[in-house]
Amino acid sequence: MSNPSNFKFTKTDEWVSVEGNVATIGVSDYAQSQLSDIVYLEFLVEPGDEFSKGDSLVTLESVKAAADVSSPVSGKVVEINEALTDDFEAVNADPFGRAWMVKVELSDPSELDSLMSADAYTTYCEERDH
Amino acid sequence: MFIPNTEAERDEMLQKIGLSRIEDLFSDVPKEIRYPNLNLPEAVSEMEALQNLKDLAIANDSTDDLICFLGAGAYNHYIPAAVDAIITRGEFLTAYTPYQPEVSQGTLQAIFEYQSLIASITGMDVSNASHYDGATAAAEACVLAYHHFRSKRKKFVLSRYLHPHYRETIKTYFQGYEKIQITGDGAVDGLQANEDLLKLVDYDTAIVYIQYPDFLGRIHDFKAFAEQVHAVGAILAVSVNPLALGLIKPPSEFDADIVTGEGQPLGIPLSYGGPYLGLFATKNQFIRKLSGRLVGETVDNKGNKGYVLTLTAREQHIRRERATSNICTNQGLIALTSTVYMSLLGKHGLKQVAKLNYNKAHYAADQISKLKGFEVVNFGAFFNEFVVRTPKPVSELNSLLLDYDILGGYDLSNDYPELENHMLLAVTEMNTKDDIDYLVEILQEVTND
Repeated sequence: MSNPSNFKFTKTDEWVSVEGNVATIGVSDYAQSQLSDIVYLEFLVEPGDEFSKGDSLVTLESVKAAADVSSPVSGKVVEINEALTDDFEAVNADPFGRAWMVKVELSDPSELDSLMSADAYTTYCEERDH
Repeated sequence: MFIPNTEAERDEMLQKIGLSRIEDLFSDVPKEIRYPNLNLPEAVSEMEALQNLKDLAIANDSTDDLICFLGAGAYNHYIPAAVDAIITRGEFLTAYTPYQPEVSQGTLQAIFEYQSLIASITGMDVSNASHYDGATAAAEACVLAYHHFRSKRKKFVLSRYLHPHYRETIKTYFQGYEKIQITGDGAVDGLQANEDLLKLVDYDTAIVYIQYPDFLGRIHDFKAFAEQVHAVGAILAVSVNPLALGLIKPPSEFDADIVTGEGQPLGIPLSYGGPYLGLFATKNQFIRKLSGRLVGETVDNKGNKGYVLTLTAREQHIRRERATSNICTNQGLIALTSTVYMSLLGKHGLKQVAKLNYNKAHYAADQISKLKGFEVVNFGAFFNEFVVRTPKPVSELNSLLLDYDILGGYDLSNDYPELENHMLLAVTEMNTKDDIDYLVEILQEVTND
């Protein structure tokens, strides 16, 4: 699965897609393939929560490991994808679509500048595979 | 010290880290306490050491020598001989909590049976593989609640009649958590009413902890109480005496979220305070947050039944610093002990033992209430323990009773200044009617000034 060209990425494998002042956050296809089958997903935030870049938003458990999804940006939670709690398989099946996790109102849009482009992230994933 | 090495190897290691002498490793320890003088007696031979220990042991008066009416969290019960015979089998006795679990099918199966029994008697969905004792289990329940609300709810409300040691352990666990407020168990005039406890419960409350039967032996119906706790979304935790559950309805019936307890009454000897057994069971909702180990039953690729450690992603070896609990072990042999005890007794046997405790305690309470100067306080529903107001200070009374080979009840003024001259008496199946009549007679005699 290729990384959507309009998304931005972190070194810890989260993606961000921005519309206006609202960013949608999820984990990349590379992240889900490394984790393998997700068996549990729990939100660590709820709408209205304010948080800083690097804070944990979601915790994921797979048959192999447990991982936290760290926020690539600072802001305030607008919406969480509650359906994922039951439909956690979506993280494996459709990481860039159905498995969006949190929508946030950005408090510092300049933080987006430090994130990777899709091309840079693709190269970064390839490097780790070697 | 545990890995033998030669002088040359030691020198090589020291050189590698840039030191010249082993003593340099301890340079951060202040010199004056580096090699303390321990003031130990001269070493003795094995034969002498054994004799010394025997002499000390003989000086003890145990529950074999005395008629015991002391409880307050640990109880003198009969342990069928088969319990020891089974648990001292080498396969069980020497096994530690399984770190290479799947090769230890026997141990895993025993834990699975234990979990099933505890879930069954507490009425809860799931039990873990056990904790060290009732106190640590209670503290772990608070840890669970704290993380369940992602540290947003900061108040723990503890009943004043939750065992004083458990309350202390919870407070010890949460030392250093600056914003946690542990409340509810402060001094009161007379007795604390459940309604007063509820007044402290609000939307900032993570957990409300009660005991059933409570530390004073009383049995309350917590149905309405539970509803009010749940109305603000808080977790209701209940510490139980598992033996009492042979007779009284399980906490699941009043919708408890977490049930913990001291498993000692289930075939575990008093042993001067331990090792005991921490029971920990919850609703399914909390299964991902359950502390400690959890054994599940499954089938292998040939369809054979087998046992595995399950949901281990909760545990610290996977979740590392994000783990919500650092308990990665369980009280294996003692959990097995309780399993064997419960299996030997069966459903009806457990009920029968509970009934014996109840009947004998009520007989004792009746007899004592007739004594001049004594009063059975709060003569409501109780299991095998009750409070007696005494005409003399309890410590004084107990030393008089000891002259008659009676181990008297617990002095409640130790923990409850408002209950001066109040004794907590426990009566179990081990106390015969003659024992009880003798206690009553001696109580009369030593207070007949």
